[in-house]
Amino acid sequence: MSNQRILLDPTAESAPVDRPRLARPDKLEGLRVGLLDISKPRGDVFLDRVDELLTGLGVTVSRYKKPTFTRVAPVDLLQKISAECDVVVEGLAD
Amino acid sequence: MDAFPDGLIAVVKRDCPTCVTAAPALREIAAQAGPVMVLCQDDPSFPEGVIVTDERELERSYHLKIEIVPTLIRMTGGRETGRAIGWNRDEWRRLTGVKTLGEGLPENRPGCGAINIEPEHEARLAIRFGQTGLHSRRIALGPLEDDIEACYDRGWSDGLPIVPPTEERVLRMLAGTIRSPREIIGHVPPNLAECTVEKVTVNAVMAGCKPEYMPVVLAAVEAALIEKFCMHGLLCTTYFSGPMMIVNGPVRRAIGMNSGGNVLGQGNRANAAIGRTLQLVIRNIGGGRPGEIDKSALGNPGKYTYCFAEDEEGSDWEPLSVERGVAPGVSAVTLFAADGMQGLADQQSREPHSLARSFAAALRVVSHPKSVMAADAFMIIGPEHGRVFREAGWTKANLKEELHGLLRIPVRELLRGAGGMAEGLLPIPGMEDRILPKFRKDGLNIVRAGGGAGMFSAIIAGWAASGEMGSTPVTKEVNG
Repeated sequence: MSNQRILLDPTAESAPVDRPRLARPDKLEGLRVGLLDISKPRGDVFLDRVDELLTGLGVTVSRYKKPTFTRVAPVDLLQKISAECDVVVEGLAD
Repeated sequence: MDAFPDGLIAVVKRDCPTCVTAAPALREIAAQAGPVMVLCQDDPSFPEGVIVTDERELERSYHLKIEIVPTLIRMTGGRETGRAIGWNRDEWRRLTGVKTLGEGLPENRPGCGAINIEPEHEARLAIRFGQTGLHSRRIALGPLEDDIEACYDRGWSDGLPIVPPTEERVLRMLAGTIRSPREIIGHVPPNLAECTVEKVTVNAVMAGCKPEYMPVVLAAVEAALIEKFCMHGLLCTTYFSGPMMIVNGPVRRAIGMNSGGNVLGQGNRANAAIGRTLQLVIRNIGGGRPGEIDKSALGNPGKYTYCFAEDEEGSDWEPLSVERGVAPGVSAVTLFAADGMQGLADQQSREPHSLARSFAAALRVVSHPKSVMAADAFMIIGPEHGRVFREAGWTKANLKEELHGLLRIPVRELLRGAGGMAEGLLPIPGMEDRILPKFRKDGLNIVRAGGGAGMFSAIIAGWAASGEMGSTPVTKEVNG
């Protein structure tokens, strides 16, 4: 038997199976923007520049850092970011 | 799977004493009657002395619709032309043409149940070979998804974990009803989505039902869709209410519902899962979710599940269903647009007039002390309070009449500003000396339930839009 697990849809099937991402905001005005450094090398260089550009546009920016890129963010960091930010930018690669 | 060859097919299992008895006959058949395919469901080394095909996957048994072992089948020209079920020497002799078959064996032995129809195999086989008859969209989970978290992520849960609705579970649940999974039982608000027996079954799995609850679940969903119950408005209202379900008749005992101690509380699977299914049907099929179209300001805990059975055995009064026109001995579900529960403790009344006055004083405050003919109410009378009425020879009708008499309120007490409370009726000239009933006609219902100790009853207030302006209680018989 296949290992793939199949469930039957309990809904009226009026929405697609693929769940859409949250809509992206049209503008950053009035939104709180977080910059998340995942601790990959030179992520800080990228985020410093993003910070400079956004701050120059008058956007409120907060900075966050994961202890290590090898693990998912600690719960308290996730909760802090979701409480303090509307939008998050993170630097994902070297 | 290849087609079955012409000749004989025998399906057996070692665990079956009749198959063991018939084993010598199978060896005779192999030697004298030409090709025979022996399929063993549990042990490919049985029976000794013949060539055995391993049938532990049960695929051929499924296609041959085997229910009993041993079964002996004759195939001719690709079609089945004869079948003997169990061991019967004469039948096997006719089917094989071996006139001396089974000399020394008993004449007749009934067989045993085949493994392929055991519940855990039957649903799996139907799914594997594509004959489930289920039409719901299949949702494939990702390899790293936890089943229960996946159901949360898709928005299917009321907040508590649900049972993941696999095809096997849904098929097993469907065995609890004689109705076709494709039957449309109505359109569920708010989206007025088509509701099939299958979709209700999927939600019953998620809610934790057993298959034998299905007739009650289906009756409850049908009742909720009766127009005068006004499920759409009940769902959307800012008020507290949600559907409460009272079950009457023999099905209560048959499926183990609680009508006794802690009747409105936790702990009984049937009460909990049946009530929860109705809420999940409204959420998932109808699309009615809190924060979206469900605008209730405070809600009530019964919006997780609100379902109980009446204590008919402990009552000398006619059950609610009978009062509402259902024949005695017939099971039925009654729905009421209900708020939470208000407890009523009277430990001193030993005669009915006194106890009725306690009830009336508590009923007076339903919705608001100045609210009249707006919210209905249900009284759930506990056994010790019930005893007071029984010993005095009061019927349910006597009690209702007494309560209606006690709940006639002078309009001047109901006006805005009366008692220092801004809430109230606008004054209408000439009405000041009138008296109004607290409840509309038929707006006060009484059932019996609860545990044996404690002089307690309960008041379940209804939606402030009760009756023709909103929701009227509805009753539906439980059928298959």
